[in-house]
Amino acid sequence: MKTYDAIVIGAGHNGLTNAAFLAKAGLDVLVVEKNDYIGGAAVSRNLYEDWIYSNCSYVCSLLRPEIYRALDLARHGLQVTPYGGSVTFKQNGDYLGSYWDHEVAHREFARHSKRDADAYQRYSAEVMRQTRFIRDFLLRTPPDPTSFRPRDLRELALIGGRLLEMEEEAIYDTIRFWTMSIGEYLEEFFETDVIKAHLAGSGIIGTALGPYSPGTAYVLLHHYMGEVDGNIGAWGFARGGMGAVSRAIAGAFESYGGEIRVEAEVSRIIVRDGRVRGVALANGDEIRAHRVVSNLDVKRTFLQVMDRSDLDEDFVRRVENFHIRGSSGKLNIALDGLPTFPALPKDSQLINADMHFIDSLERMERAYDDWKEKTWSKDPYVDMLIPTITDPTMAPPGKHFMSCFVQYCPPELDTGEWTDADRDAFGQAVIDQIAEYSPDFKDLILHVEIRTPRELEAEVGLTEGNIFQGELTMDQLLFNRPVPGFAQYRGPVRGLYMCSSSTHPGGGVMAAPGANAAREILRDMRRLSSVPESFGDD
Amino acid sequence: MSDTATSERVLETHFHSRTAEANYRNSWQDWKGYTTAGEYTAADLEYFAVRNAAGVFDLCPMTKYRITGAEALPYLDRLVTRDMTKVKPGRVAYAVWCNDAGKVIDDGTIFHLREGEYRLCSQERHLAWFLDAAVGFDVTVTEETDEVAALALQGPTSCAVLKEMGLTGIENLKPFGLDHFRFEGAELMVSRTGFTGDLGYELWIDPGHAELLWDRLFLAGKYLGVQPIGSHALDLCRIEAGFIQAGVDFLPADEVVRPGRARSPFELGLEWLVDFRKPNFNGRRALAAELRRGSTWRLVKLDIEGNKPAHHSYVYAGRRKQVGFVTSAAWSPVAKANVALATVQRPAGEPNSRLFAEIYYQREMHWSRMMAACQVVEKPFWDPPRRRATPPANY
Amino acid sequence: MTERTTRDVIVIGAGHNGLACAAYLARAGRDVLVLEAADEVGGGAATRSFAEGFRVSGCAHLLYQLQPEVAGELELAKFGLETAAADIATTALSPDGEHVVIHGSRLEGRVTERDREGLSDFHDRMMRFAKLLRPYLNRRPPLLVNNDATDKMTIGRLGLDIRRLGRAGMQEFLRLIAINIYDVLNEHLDTELVKGALALDAVLGTHLGPRSPNSLLTYIHRLTGETGGRPGAMALPKGGMGRVGEAFAGAARAAGVDIRCGRAVQHIRVENGRAVGVELAGGDTIAARTVVSNADPKTTVLDLLGPRHVETGFTRRIRNLRMRGNAAKLHLALDGLPDFSGVDRNALGGRLAIAPDMDYVERAFNPAKYGRWSAAPVIEITIPSVSDPSLAPAGRHVLSAVVQYAPSRLEGGWSEERAAAFGDLVIDTIAAYAPDLRKQIIASELLSPADIERIYRMGGGHWHHGELALDQFLFNRPAPGAVQYAMPVEGLYLCGAGTHPGGSITGAAGRNAATEILRREGNS
Repeated sequence: MKTYDAIVIGAGHNGLTNAAFLAKAGLDVLVVEKNDYIGGAAVSRNLYEDWIYSNCSYVCSLLRPEIYRALDLARHGLQVTPYGGSVTFKQNGDYLGSYWDHEVAHREFARHSKRDADAYQRYSAEVMRQTRFIRDFLLRTPPDPTSFRPRDLRELALIGGRLLEMEEEAIYDTIRFWTMSIGEYLEEFFETDVIKAHLAGSGIIGTALGPYSPGTAYVLLHHYMGEVDGNIGAWGFARGGMGAVSRAIAGAFESYGGEIRVEAEVSRIIVRDGRVRGVALANGDEIRAHRVVSNLDVKRTFLQVMDRSDLDEDFVRRVENFHIRGSSGKLNIALDGLPTFPALPKDSQLINADMHFIDSLERMERAYDDWKEKTWSKDPYVDMLIPTITDPTMAPPGKHFMSCFVQYCPPELDTGEWTDADRDAFGQAVIDQIAEYSPDFKDLILHVEIRTPRELEAEVGLTEGNIFQGELTMDQLLFNRPVPGFAQYRGPVRGLYMCSSSTHPGGGVMAAPGANAAREILRDMRRLSSVPESFGDD
Repeated sequence: MSDTATSERVLETHFHSRTAEANYRNSWQDWKGYTTAGEYTAADLEYFAVRNAAGVFDLCPMTKYRITGAEALPYLDRLVTRDMTKVKPGRVAYAVWCNDAGKVIDDGTIFHLREGEYRLCSQERHLAWFLDAAVGFDVTVTEETDEVAALALQGPTSCAVLKEMGLTGIENLKPFGLDHFRFEGAELMVSRTGFTGDLGYELWIDPGHAELLWDRLFLAGKYLGVQPIGSHALDLCRIEAGFIQAGVDFLPADEVVRPGRARSPFELGLEWLVDFRKPNFNGRRALAAELRRGSTWRLVKLDIEGNKPAHHSYVYAGRRKQVGFVTSAAWSPVAKANVALATVQRPAGEPNSRLFAEIYYQREMHWSRMMAACQVVEKPFWDPPRRRATPPANY
Repeated sequence: MTERTTRDVIVIGAGHNGLACAAYLARAGRDVLVLEAADEVGGGAATRSFAEGFRVSGCAHLLYQLQPEVAGELELAKFGLETAAADIATTALSPDGEHVVIHGSRLEGRVTERDREGLSDFHDRMMRFAKLLRPYLNRRPPLLVNNDATDKMTIGRLGLDIRRLGRAGMQEFLRLIAINIYDVLNEHLDTELVKGALALDAVLGTHLGPRSPNSLLTYIHRLTGETGGRPGAMALPKGGMGRVGEAFAGAARAAGVDIRCGRAVQHIRVENGRAVGVELAGGDTIAARTVVSNADPKTTVLDLLGPRHVETGFTRRIRNLRMRGNAAKLHLALDGLPDFSGVDRNALGGRLAIAPDMDYVERAFNPAKYGRWSAAPVIEITIPSVSDPSLAPAGRHVLSAVVQYAPSRLEGGWSEERAAAFGDLVIDTIAAYAPDLRKQIIASELLSPADIERIYRMGGGHWHHGELALDQFLFNRPAPGAVQYAMPVEGLYLCGAGTHPGGSITGAAGRNAATEILRREGNS
């Protein structure tokens, strides 16, 4: 029986990235995937007639350009097209838009507040300063501040150095930024509700915190630190849907000789004599490997797939204390035509924008209060996009695909488990909210796929449907991610590695965890790294 | 749809009907969201209008603020580094304002329109800062960019043009003075200011009279060589005059992301604008400390050998040691000199010292490199006596 | 009254930190004048008479964070500081009468074995971190870049102290420092009642709910003091908290400090960028080489000093300081000892907590975010007359309760009527546990945060003169440019709760400020 150099569990984008870099370095790698399709949460699914849905992740910015380039993803079919702008509809019939063009954006902010429009300059400089700080560490393994090994000390010194090279007050601002709530942070710059709500969205997407919870300023950064071709903070569409990302990485992997097996659910990671030996599949097959890399989130990896007896109790306790909280839902909608938004100017560019229907921090925070009470938000924060305006490949001509990401949606309801009726009621709340701003929207709906944490967990395997595979709070970032002492992609058993978004630098279609894990594996094997370094200052 | 929706198109200035008609080249630039002429006919020739006769430049997109209230003066005095108590009504002052760290946020001109009433005019927008600075002062700061139409009239015949237009007594206006005139029922404010280092005026009027003002100016200047000039020509003039520009020769301190990229007034050659004898002003403590400790950078004017403009050049002390870079460069037609503004790390750049500029230039697709010797000069490359003469000569 | 017009030092405000600072400076030979706007000393450490014969600690009512250095050096015991009840326990009130008593790491009542072990473990960890942090509360926060040898030593020692926690301890510390108390208590405990009462401690005096990240830090912060030689313990001062203020004043006077009450400072006078004294309400001026403000940073900069004397960015930071108090005080004069169903009468000398579970606390917090008060508030109750009969006429009692959440920026503003309405709600909430309470009430008052702001001159009615959160901690307290007690204006210092290490009756801010003033201005 064949023994692979490595088996990667889960063909999500991080698993594929990890596998691709290992294969590129010459390893014999197998990726096993429970579903009959690859991609995990970066997929393009054909669920209704000729429509393609990016039915989980739906936009692309975080994918590290270094990885894009090193894996030659363009050659493997990936094309990311930026989209411009963002709009927040106000309850009074007005709207706030932001634009790619700096001057138009300023003018539009100034329409709501001249002061805030000018304050935005300082705000964006300060956020960019934080972005620059974090970006350098995305493709690096977090140091263990408690080990005092030379490599960790070097990495710590690097972080310390980057911090200290800022001017004194900028360091303190950095500490503030990393610990503040996005709401309170924005209030230091802006006076206008709709502007604050417009900017705060990125601080709550994917997280079980409200805009007034400390730590959400960092969550905003997590959504700003990406780029499209050097435009930091810009987002784009993967042509053909987010599955194009996974397909391209898989293409790269296969071009290096890798092998993918779908419909191969792992039931157990086999450990013998303190070392990983391979995996057992649900169908009873066993596959041998010298090392196993899990792209499942840490709770699934250690509390479900691994045998508890192979693990230290203290480690298990720490994994149990890792917080993966379901807070989001998703609607994927096939439309018979383009809905209109009467609040927008005629022929506005903002039709391309991501759209939001909640115009104050208070409404956002109340949406979170609902989540705490284990109900879906009655007045939710929706991040809505119509990718087909930009990408002609995802729906028949004249027809459209609409993606609605919804915050908040709890993993479990006060009434107990989700039922289909609950799910439909949740979907209706979202549709009703959008319809308030688009009178023809409801009539254009041909098909709706509603996904609550229940569906996301069952289909994609994300615990509670959490898009980041673990909250992005300070206690779960950097050297704390996923658990202290195990932030360097190595599991607690020899030969076991982690490469999911539960590891540094966390979730989003970034591919950095997969790449970083590959670097550590190759390092343990004393092989030359195939993983690129950061492009550096920009 | 909201009736007041923001236009997603670039805006037109109050003079657009006229500048569009004059823009033979159809050469436009987006300046702060407004469409303005890059060049009307030929930038090289427009430049000579300023040095030889008079050029008219559309200033509308310059950011303008009105500052009023009982404490407008102490407010401004705390805001900027120079002593504003010396700027009497009817006078204009060039000033810089700094952040807490003593780094320059921007420079601009402050017009003391009437007792307790000021206009501040700058390249960048600062309402948030100005309002933050207003806390604790009895003062009102409002942005009025779009409510004021402005033109620059610059060049040796400019005074004659205004006289011809009927602005009686304009010849008595001293440099950095301002006066109000009646113009077709409107109030026309004229200041003897500009961005060309030459004799020149700036004209400020309500937007309803903008087109008429343009027409009258060109009518009056018909035999005095008046021509519209675009931003390319103006840029050349301001480099010759040694004027720095935000976003080019320094970055507004509140927009700087990387450490060490902001500059203090001392580092921009503007120490003459910093007055420690007056009460507290923003950045004072940091600037006092910088004065004790010494500054890091120095902005220098370079007179460079040869005739190849030193665009984007590295600057060296000796042949090897890179000490800085050029931020603005031009061949000066009027001074017949190869000039540049550069930022160098101290101690390099002492007056009259010698530096080298690494110049890349292209001839018929091929690039060449040269190390050109430069002299650090103290005086502007162009500073004619007519700039200061009062009354100015007619030509 | 004659006042000399020149002093070495003027301290604005006779709060306990101002008095501590004054005492230390006087001991170093300075001629110190303390000016207090109110008619008595103590600031928030005050005893208030609210009904004929009934007295109560008007603001803070428990002593837990007093720094032993301060108490010892200033000999507060000698000047009258006495505890009526030391090391008191907390009775977590349960709606079903199955109350649980929490005493340090011990539990009594209906709890699980895991609770007992969990609390002990949790308490040990928290005490360990509190012990780690404690020395740093008693020194100035270090600067990270433009620092001197003292700062470098502080940073080095802190690093070493963290390292001494050992690998597991370090990992735990770095994980917990910014976490919320909600998750940590769930990690350790089963019984909601216990978790609710512990969560209450984390959120008292803050604008946080138990689910808010950073809420563990506030819990640890509470444990950094010492009463009666017991770290982290709570005590009731004899004679109410006013006695604490008086003890500080006594120590200050003994050191030669001149304390004048009823003398409100209008302005801090500045000449040539230097503080040169103060102007009093009424126009008198007093000159001093050093001016120290025990007022909160916002009041100090925006009202007393005036923003024009400092930088715009600094003013912006001060204006952005979050100091929205959420704690109201309920005072009841009772004609007898109230009867809390299922509570042993002996326990009434301790502390009672109404916070039956963490979600209850979180729900109480929700409306505060929107400027409304809790429909079901969390309440910390003491009946100080149990251990200190001097506070009420014989046989009668006084009940003092800290109530959250009552936002200082109440939508529509606070008024007497609204305070009374909220007071009614609070009494009803308590009465649910003590059914006869209403009949026993002789008099009552509810001090809203607006009242606390007015009476005790605390901006936003905030105990800490500024939210005690990670972003307003250490290098950021109150704001860069003033973290080492010295203000940008030469000769002007802060010494109040708005500076490191924050509020509660600690004395640390006053002591640290005095040390810093002597360091900077030389020992004369």
